[in-house]
Amino acid sequence: MSTFKFGVLLIAALFISSASYAQQHPNLGRPLTPEEISKLDITVAPDGSGLPPGSGSVSQGAKVYTDKCQSCHGPKGQGGPQDQLTGGVGTIASAKPVKTPVSYWPTATTIFDYVRRAMPLQSPESLTNDEVYAVTAYLLSVDAVIPQDAVLDAKSLPQVKMPNRDGFVRWWPVPKR
Amino acid sequence: MAKHDKANTHESVMPRTKKGLVGRRTLLRAGALAAGMAGIGAGIARASDPIGLDSPEWMKTPGRGFSGYGMPAKSQEKVQRAFTPLPGRPGTGASRTPLHLLEGTITPNGLHFERHHNGIPDIDAARHELAIHGLVKRPLAFSVETLMRYPMETRIHFVECAGNSGSFNQAQPQQTSAGGLNGLLSCSEWTGVRLATLLEEAEVSREGKWVIAEGADSAAMSRSVPIEKCMDDAMIALYQNGEAIRPEQGYPMRLLLPGYEGNINVKWLRRLKVMTEPINARDETSHYTELMPNGKARQYMFLQEVKSAIVKPSLGMTMKGPGFYEISGLAWSGSGRVTKVEVSTNGGSSWTAAALTPPVLSKALTRFRLAWQWDGSPATLMSRATDEKGAVQPTRASWISQYSPVQFYHFNGIQGWRVEADGTVKHVYV
Repeated sequence: MSTFKFGVLLIAALFISSASYAQQHPNLGRPLTPEEISKLDITVAPDGSGLPPGSGSVSQGAKVYTDKCQSCHGPKGQGGPQDQLTGGVGTIASAKPVKTPVSYWPTATTIFDYVRRAMPLQSPESLTNDEVYAVTAYLLSVDAVIPQDAVLDAKSLPQVKMPNRDGFVRWWPVPKR
Repeated sequence: MAKHDKANTHESVMPRTKKGLVGRRTLLRAGALAAGMAGIGAGIARASDPIGLDSPEWMKTPGRGFSGYGMPAKSQEKVQRAFTPLPGRPGTGASRTPLHLLEGTITPNGLHFERHHNGIPDIDAARHELAIHGLVKRPLAFSVETLMRYPMETRIHFVECAGNSGSFNQAQPQQTSAGGLNGLLSCSEWTGVRLATLLEEAEVSREGKWVIAEGADSAAMSRSVPIEKCMDDAMIALYQNGEAIRPEQGYPMRLLLPGYEGNINVKWLRRLKVMTEPINARDETSHYTELMPNGKARQYMFLQEVKSAIVKPSLGMTMKGPGFYEISGLAWSGSGRVTKVEVSTNGGSSWTAAALTPPVLSKALTRFRLAWQWDGSPATLMSRATDEKGAVQPTRASWISQYSPVQFYHFNGIQGWRVEADGTVKHVYV
């Protein structure tokens, strides 16, 4: 085949494929601006990306917890009518595992991400970022995962070593049997 | 001839095979026999007068007029989703589809199971958009109106909660109906836009391997989805069984990931962020992970594997004496089509292939049926499904042996019903 003929075919092929792309792709999406994205995006990843500015200490968190969380989750995250939040550390491999955010969840970023988007149940998104950092710090202090004088922020939160950080085996893609 | 005499008539013409199971060919030749089970169906009232002596009153007076949105027959008002409101959080928890009171494979929209994390949001569709951003060249937002202009697909798929049949991890079999045990399972005809179409328009970068989906409910429910699934058969579903998707199912749009655990089919979908890695969202760490006896947990185990359950007969129904009955149930697999369902009436000593009612669709509920001549003695009924990948339902014991005692997600073991001599039906482990 001559170079010329090949070139003609190539152009024809490109034309056809772009025509079918245009057919299947209405391209009607509205471009999102960086400002819109920063307002929408509340995802916090285990590496800390997505964590907002701000910080909170264990003692500040104790107050937030008493005011906003304790009525459902009990004193120090235990014994309330809703989910237990602390304790259970070291039980996961036992016959009676007690799965709590502290004993089971592999990353501290998950606590921040979840509290910020979903808690308190009656008024989600009502806590400030400082309060979310603080209450995360408080919960982690109950089982001494972090010290009583700890302050969490975007830098320190992803570095918290959770008790069950090595407890998960990724099942995607599904291992061949 | 009165309706309830039919079973006896057929009994005389139906040749029996082993253990009273009637061969599939014979059944097909004999035609529609479903009426034989009428006696154990729900909400069926029998007239005291034999049919034909006198015209009933509804033939002697005009019927009622039209309605804008029709309702089921009055006698069906007990066909309801089952749920227990949790004190202090009425919108959190689940309601179950009454599988034992339904037929066929499509779940009526008002009976689709529900799982909510902080109630059903009342979304104004005109103020709702789907944002796609992260590792994409062109971050985009799609209004509902915009998506309605896109090419659509229509497919029938089941959605099953990962926690469905979770009570099978208990030491004693829970004495509840087939819907009570397995009703976090529904099947609908879904219509919407292929997610791949939207992601192609946003131009996902090469490093984009996971898509974080987020709902617009007050839990902003969030899950990590592999890009491979998003580019395969994922759909932004806008319609459910021909009408706009119900608020309970994600109005105005939900993510539909056929064959994957219910929770990841994010409802009220508002945002998709393309990332390199999954995010360990609360519902993929705290929940829906598979804890094993050694303390390690499988994470990102999305597939709802091959499974089946007999719904007729089942607990709550009473057999009306020996004679003909149709055993029927549902089979499904998140990996594709169901290829075979075997039924045993003797606790697993022998198995007979049930008929699969067409159409048998990939990642959809499949109805199986088998004619049965019950001789009136106690019988243990079981079903065992196989899918197109060759996967076979495990026994309950083999399923349980893989996991920690508290693990209950993704149960797909073989289930059993004990039919007692008095005609009552009990849940038994087999």
